[in-house]
Amino acid sequence: MAEQERSRARAREKPEEEIEDLDVSEEKSETDLEELDDLLDEIDAVLEENAEEFVKNYVQKGGQ
Amino acid sequence: MAIRKVIGTEVEYGIAVRGDPEFNPALGSAMVVNSYPGPRVRVQWSYEEESPGRDARGFGHEGYGVSDPEGTLVNAVLGNGARLYVDHAHPEYSAPESWDPRQAALYDKAGELVMHRAARSATERLGHRLALYKNNSDRKGNSYGAHENYLLSRSTPFGEIIRYAMTFLVTRQIYTGSGKVGSENGRPHVDYQITQRADFFEEEVGLETTLKRPIINTRDEPHGDSTKYRRLHVIFGDANLSEVQTFLKLGATALMLAALEDGALPDPLDLADPVTAAWSVSHDLTFRRPLELEGGSTATAVELQWRYYEWLSKYVEKELDEPVWHDVLREWQSVLEDIEADPSRLADRLDWAAKLRLFERYLDRDDIDWSDSKLAALDLQYHDVDPEKGLYHRLLARGDIRRLFTPEDIVAAETNPPEQTRAYFRGRCVTQFPDSLVAANWDSLVFDLGEPHLRRVPMLEPLRGSRDLVGPILDEVADATELIKRLGD
Repeated sequence: MAEQERSRARAREKPEEEIEDLDVSEEKSETDLEELDDLLDEIDAVLEENAEEFVKNYVQKGGQ
Repeated sequence: MAIRKVIGTEVEYGIAVRGDPEFNPALGSAMVVNSYPGPRVRVQWSYEEESPGRDARGFGHEGYGVSDPEGTLVNAVLGNGARLYVDHAHPEYSAPESWDPRQAALYDKAGELVMHRAARSATERLGHRLALYKNNSDRKGNSYGAHENYLLSRSTPFGEIIRYAMTFLVTRQIYTGSGKVGSENGRPHVDYQITQRADFFEEEVGLETTLKRPIINTRDEPHGDSTKYRRLHVIFGDANLSEVQTFLKLGATALMLAALEDGALPDPLDLADPVTAAWSVSHDLTFRRPLELEGGSTATAVELQWRYYEWLSKYVEKELDEPVWHDVLREWQSVLEDIEADPSRLADRLDWAAKLRLFERYLDRDDIDWSDSKLAALDLQYHDVDPEKGLYHRLLARGDIRRLFTPEDIVAAETNPPEQTRAYFRGRCVTQFPDSLVAANWDSLVFDLGEPHLRRVPMLEPLRGSRDLVGPILDEVADATELIKRLGD
């Protein structure tokens, strides 16, 4: 997975951040995740029904 | 001093009639154009002055005339100076000629509003929801375009444009992509990639736009005085929803072209294999993949973009000291810095990153993998122009994506033309004399004044027809007859 590679690369770059900094970033990312989950719930409510059918039926004529 | 980089975008929208997948897309697209409720005039588009078969490298192609006669039937010019029509079974919005990248991005966004309002009206007529998507692929091997147009001086050698633009366009994908689940057109499998379009580009340079698409398109059709101007027709790019992203894409490209025209760029850095690099950059979410350069060295896309950034920041200091270009540089710098430090920071301004953030959370929460059709559905729905349905709009409404414009700015741009270009004259005439306007082209308008002959007003100068020049006349005249008389005086 590209994302995992990227995270690992990031981890290699910054292995020794101060503990305070780490706490702050973890807190922030947890808030972000909670907010994101609210958004996912909101999206679930408007997502086109039957994803498979929706995707299968989306066929376009080629353009420019 | 480079000539003003007048800019205009063209976007072909994806179309689907929900609940009726067999619905003819050409018919649906015609309904979109004909249903648009804003100020518009249905006109004949006069193709006689267009030359899509003329090649900027200096040769013509026979048999390359207009292949889409139905386009002449379903064609409108809007009050904001844009063109709304049917192209290859897609509704297309070609934005009015704009003065700078900020204005060009605004009018590109106004196109989404045009499409949304048109789709809503068409939906009422159809009884099924007609959905429009500002994307560039159906993920089944079919692509449709989002083109950019930049005004250049005729004296700028096309060979120079090819050399500098090739590396620039291939590497700018890291901030111009709208993101896509999977790959197409025989390219290697990836779960997710940065752009919608890269998989479809198979040539370095050429005249084609619908098959064997080239990174540099050579269509030599200036839509203006061909002794003075060129129009660079960029077909290698994605349609973006993000305002900041559209601004950055147009701004950085216009800057590069202005500097090129002024001879202000050092020797270009040529990619050894631009076509492979094109999809390779799009497929690389690590941003670390080295690209081979002519002469044997390598560099990453980010490194190459930094080079262009450095050249152009010097150029702006010396030659183009206007606030809008400093804004372009600021956005550019912050994007390149964030790509190097933590690409997830880009989720507030680049479509590919906003989608990736969302998809990764879905993967985690729902314990699904990239092959799940839910992700493909989310991918498609991100681009829906309906604010109720479109996921971009959901993110925007929550403040997760940065704005460049207020909603009021975009509403105003839907009906009012840019004031500094000939689009002003075109748009005002649509609003003021809809019954007298019978035909149009980018560089002319044709009026029927009830006389035996039609009257053509040529507009070969993109910066004439501005509010300063024709606003006072348009404010005073009562009808088109008086307008033509005043313009002739």
